[in-house]
Amino acid sequence: MALAEICKISNASYMKPTAWTSADANEDLKTFSCNLANPYTLAAPPFENPMLNLNQIQANSGKTGIKIDFDHGTTTLGFKYQGGVILAVDSRATGGQYIGSQTMKKIVEINDFLLGTLAGGAADCVYWDRVLSKECRLHELRNKERISVAAASKIMANIAHEYKGMGLSMGMMLAGYDKRGPGLYYVDSEGSRTPGNLFSVGSGSLFAYGVLDSGYRWDLQDKEAQDLGQRAIYHATFRDAYSGGIIRVYHMTPTGWINVSNTDCMELHYKFKSEKEAQ
Amino acid sequence: MSNLGIEQFPDYQVPGVSHADFSPYESNGGSIVAIAGEDFVVIAADTRLSSGYNIHTRKQSKLFPLSNQTVLASTGCWCDTLSLTGLMKLRMQNYEHTHLKTMTTDAVAQMLSIIMYNRRFFPYYVSNILAGIDKDGKGVVFSYDPIGHCERATYRAGGTAGALLQPVLDNQIGYKNMNLHGEDAPEVTKERAVAVASDTFISAAERDIYTGDSVLINIITKDGIETQELQLRQD
Repeated sequence: MALAEICKISNASYMKPTAWTSADANEDLKTFSCNLANPYTLAAPPFENPMLNLNQIQANSGKTGIKIDFDHGTTTLGFKYQGGVILAVDSRATGGQYIGSQTMKKIVEINDFLLGTLAGGAADCVYWDRVLSKECRLHELRNKERISVAAASKIMANIAHEYKGMGLSMGMMLAGYDKRGPGLYYVDSEGSRTPGNLFSVGSGSLFAYGVLDSGYRWDLQDKEAQDLGQRAIYHATFRDAYSGGIIRVYHMTPTGWINVSNTDCMELHYKFKSEKEAQ
Repeated sequence: MSNLGIEQFPDYQVPGVSHADFSPYESNGGSIVAIAGEDFVVIAADTRLSSGYNIHTRKQSKLFPLSNQTVLASTGCWCDTLSLTGLMKLRMQNYEHTHLKTMTTDAVAQMLSIIMYNRRFFPYYVSNILAGIDKDGKGVVFSYDPIGHCERATYRAGGTAGALLQPVLDNQIGYKNMNLHGEDAPEVTKERAVAVASDTFISAAERDIYTGDSVLINIITKDGIETQELQLRQD
């Protein structure tokens, strides 16, 4: 013990004679759940460059049988037209080859005038949307007016930029209605942020774009626009293995968002099939 | 090194030099199943703890009661399970002392999601299912991916035989592809939920080497948690 004394090892935390006091427990509590107090502080990994090294651990999965599959995969779309913004999404969540869920909610209701779609890592999107929702509420309280879609998307893009290169995977659209009218922004984990009239994001986005582009006009009627969004996602679920489940359509109007429909894509399949045969 | 004459070799050609991959995780196996009903929820886990082809113990419970209305089932890397559930228990205790009430199942579910996301860049290697009674007195199940994506469900299987068990539940509890719609589908009773949960484990023990020995079943109602045990194949 004398040597330990000289080397001051006994001061080290792992050499403490009485281990577990309530103060220690409290300290641990703070460290291991630090993001409950401040959502921006996530635990640092015990290796540098998590994007590379976490993937390396993943790559060893053949040897160790350990595979960490996050929920992934999506088709989402959003477009502006004369009546507001339409968002439509599928509901399949896949972890590797396995369908983890067929009923996932891929549209996050941030507040009454702001919706976010999620593609990529489900946990990443949901977690940061929650942080965004808090920031938006704080903005409202500080400034006595609702946050603009532009500002909200900027917060999101800043978060994404802060964590760029750490391996976050997000491709989200933020839709809202503010003083400037309908707003639609695309934000992703690479830090890009683009306003636009029409987006589709995710593994099935190409299929959705095909349908969407052929039917899209600015002066669509509400019903037409909602049906177009639904149909575009349906065709993506049909051709993209990583998309499926329920097709959810949301409509952002000047008075807030409306959940237009949640339809199983099987139902739509037979509906569209019979329509085609009737022609 | 230069006087040994080996400096011209890249290190992998020199005998005696070995390189170890950093592999901080281990899979300790085990399966979990939860089924929610109108005013109850059944959550079950097998009791085998193994690594590779070795069985460490045949009677390790993987169910962690967090309150008398909430049970967390967790499998995967056992050390991650222990640190995560330990942290959850500490947090729950803290909440109770601060607010003088027990956390609701819904609150626990959200907290678990955030605590798991804290380790986004070095995830807990766990498969979690949280079961409990919600604030309306209904049975609920929450399932998680390793970095804390949380989804509310009525039935869910997880762990090493999760992919084997989930289709059984889809058929027996979810009545998927059976042309039963809405109210046609019979409501799941407590007895049936326990029976189906037991059956799924019997099937899993037949085909998954990491599942076996026995099953611990917790039945949560508003009156508390009732525990049952079922013996499985011991091989």
